Amino acid sequence: MPSSTSASVFPRLEPHLPTISKPIQYVGGELNSTVKDWDCGQQAGEGEHGGPGQTVRWALMYPDAYEVGLPNQGVAILYEVLNERDWILAERTYSVWPDMEQVMRTGDDQGPIPQFTVDGHRPVRDFDVYGLSFSTELGYTNMLNALDLAGIPLHSVDRTEDDPIVLAGGHAAFNPEPVADFLDAAVLGDGEEVVLAISEVVREWKEQGRPAGDMASGRDELLRRLAVTGNIYVPKFYDVSYAAAADGGGIAAVTPNRPGIPHRVTKHTLMDLDAWPYPAKPLVPLAETVHERFSVEIFRGCTRGCRFCQAGMITRPVRERSIETIGAMVENGIRKSGFEEVGLLSLSSADHTEIGDVAKGLADRYEDSNVSLSLPSTRVDAFNISLANEFSRNGRRSGLTFAPEGGSERMRKVINKMVTEEDLINTVSAAYSHGWRQVKLYFMCGLPTETDEDVLQIASLAKRVIAEGRKVTGQNDIRCTVSIGGFVPKPHTPFQWASQLDVETTDDRLQQLRDVVRADKKYARAIGFRYHDGKPGIIEGLLSRGDRRVGAVIEQVWRDGGRFDGWSEHFSYDRWIAAAETALAHTDVDLAWFTTRERGYDEVLPWDHLDSGLDKDWLWADWEDALAVADGSSDVEVEDCRWTPCYDCGVCPEMGTEIQIGPTGQKLLPLSVV
Amino acid sequence: MSRQPPEQQAPPVQRLRVRYAKRGRLRFTSHRDFSRAFERAVFRAQVPMAYSSGFNPHPRISYAGAAPTGSASEAEYLEIALAQVVDAAEIHALLDESLPEGLDVLEVVDAADLEKGGLADRLVASRWLIDTGAEETRAQSAVAAFLAAESVTVERMTKKGLREFDCRAAVVSLAVAEAGAAPGRLRLDVVLRHGVPSVRPDDVLTGIRSLSDLDLGGPPLLTRVEQGPLDEATGAVGDPLAR
Repeated sequence: MPSSTSASVFPRLEPHLPTISKPIQYVGGELNSTVKDWDCGQQAGEGEHGGPGQTVRWALMYPDAYEVGLPNQGVAILYEVLNERDWILAERTYSVWPDMEQVMRTGDDQGPIPQFTVDGHRPVRDFDVYGLSFSTELGYTNMLNALDLAGIPLHSVDRTEDDPIVLAGGHAAFNPEPVADFLDAAVLGDGEEVVLAISEVVREWKEQGRPAGDMASGRDELLRRLAVTGNIYVPKFYDVSYAAAADGGGIAAVTPNRPGIPHRVTKHTLMDLDAWPYPAKPLVPLAETVHERFSVEIFRGCTRGCRFCQAGMITRPVRERSIETIGAMVENGIRKSGFEEVGLLSLSSADHTEIGDVAKGLADRYEDSNVSLSLPSTRVDAFNISLANEFSRNGRRSGLTFAPEGGSERMRKVINKMVTEEDLINTVSAAYSHGWRQVKLYFMCGLPTETDEDVLQIASLAKRVIAEGRKVTGQNDIRCTVSIGGFVPKPHTPFQWASQLDVETTDDRLQQLRDVVRADKKYARAIGFRYHDGKPGIIEGLLSRGDRRVGAVIEQVWRDGGRFDGWSEHFSYDRWIAAAETALAHTDVDLAWFTTRERGYDEVLPWDHLDSGLDKDWLWADWEDALAVADGSSDVEVEDCRWTPCYDCGVCPEMGTEIQIGPTGQKLLPLSVV
Repeated sequence: MSRQPPEQQAPPVQRLRVRYAKRGRLRFTSHRDFSRAFERAVFRAQVPMAYSSGFNPHPRISYAGAAPTGSASEAEYLEIALAQVVDAAEIHALLDESLPEGLDVLEVVDAADLEKGGLADRLVASRWLIDTGAEETRAQSAVAAFLAAESVTVERMTKKGLREFDCRAAVVSLAVAEAGAAPGRLRLDVVLRHGVPSVRPDDVLTGIRSLSDLDLGGPPLLTRVEQGPLDEATGAVGDPLAR
């Protein structure tokens, strides 16, 4: 870890940039980006032990291409929070495209060019902590590639004092077991406070001269200090044993193997989002990225209780930002970034207790400007149409998106997303009559207990939507786009025990649906149909619910050339299948065991020692409720604990947290004209 | 309720012409990247832009003759249309402040103070400096061979596919510069007439090398130093913002 100096590799990159695609993504220099002195900690004052102040250095990575990674809110927030401290330096790095990878591996007379940060173009290996944010498991091969390019040993056990601590966060870190061998540590939950706590531990350890204590090495001692906080998971301090094939081949036990290491690691929850109004200095790239807007997270968490939704389970409880903080963040953000589009982010934005006032207040403020507002992730109800109307006063009404998720009412009850067909028709009817011309509907295929008939009902729903739109507008030129994703069961959800639908059945159902939509000439041209085949979903399923044995599969895929698995043009199902066969050959389990197999109550799940706060028995009961609703033996609905009594999911008492919602009763005031 | 026609925007009341530079690592900004960055900069600077009419109003900015990605420039031009009359010097300061370092505003002039005629019509030719690692004697003879040729056909991959064209006719002048290059580097000074297809300085290098096999010693650095009207008698490139 840690070289006392770190030279920019930019002069080595520069001669190659004219020959590679979109070179701007590798040069940095984004508005509001930060390049700090490598030894900024020395200027920040003396260390506690009298020596020069230590600097703690973070390389933050979103393991995907720059165009996807730069707009990521999580990395942007941590980058800012860390850099605000005068003794911490944080720089960003992203996955390089294959043409750049080849340039780096070929290198120059000094050898290969290592994985670098875009801020200071410093080698990633020079930093103290290499933090990766995983919103999807399909970024795992990109991590291996970046580690290798960085010159950091792939396996945690092979790393030395010269290597950074490799740390994972993000939603996928709630089951980091498939990448446990490659990580030194993982953090569950909100990152804002915990990255500072980690930095403190690193600083103290460095000030003390990197002691080994009772551990085998200084590096292990640092990891031990992180692990004993109870908030940071260090996989190598836990041994995993497996049951015999005759007993199912699952996990027998997960046991701490060093003194003082906690049996369970708990997630971190940030309370009081108003005290953390980030991003405050939004990064504005020169390159084109997937989200060209400034986003404000209006609340974190969701308790709607949709059973498929991992985000809604692991981010509990709901914590709102107040209308005043939202107003201030929007104004600050657009002034500092120059973005003319503002997104109000959350898991279900229309659920903010004061969303009506927020929408009206912002629409009033920016009425005469060209600032536009958008509200991603809204539910299907008519209230959202009036919100959408506020957000499009300037007359631009291109499309609205709703996510009924399940094609049939039965299916929607099973997933606890209670939208009746009448709700949906009333909502789209309101949308079309207010001038919207296109409605997008999101569905999932492969939900537990799903039949062909459930999926085919998506077609009748879409046809009714078009018929209704034609009726209320008196026009024919309206459209409805149906987007379908394959369902992937996720850890820490009631569906974590479910069997994932196999590729063949998934593809067959999608094909049938497509045929039915196309067959009806009256509607076929008005309905767009977008879907992916079931193959990437099965691999995502393997990585989501896998245990440490899956690590060998990921490594094999990367060795066989796998990168950018989230991109259909780079993803190779055959490569994954071949790797799974080889790498799992000496185990008692296989791809199907991890994906299409339903789990039982007694099974030790790979993530059971990682505490999201959810009571496993509550999750199990909710899973049983889902099955009971599915066969009609019950009609129970889980309501939202924001508005109904607590139903004991376990999170608040376990984590010492509570629901934080309005209304505050405040209104946004008009801004004085500059 | 049916779809409302979008509000019509008022016509612009003033037009400003801007000369700017692309320097250092930001020379890797593509034209699209630059236009996005510039739109955001005018918004941050709260320049009173005139907007286009339509459902998706855009600030009215006209770009002319953008340099290829990867080449530096001291002579890029654009024109902005404004909804209020402003002071050009003030806008110069605001824009320069709002753009990242490396995208630098050099001059802002009120179009009303200039002769009639569009900005693009004044950008007839460009002068480029090409810094290479070539050896001088060999470069001299390669340049001489190129200039002696009637036409030199080169190929370049464009958005419309592989195209073949003559790169010789567009060359107004080409010479090894006597000074200005960094130690150990050799500088070519070339004036190119704009046309269709547009001949770029890297096409000229390709043309030179097709005749003489000149070793450039790695990727060259291209810098546009002037862009404007062409004095046919002297071959000099003039200032398009000259009054």
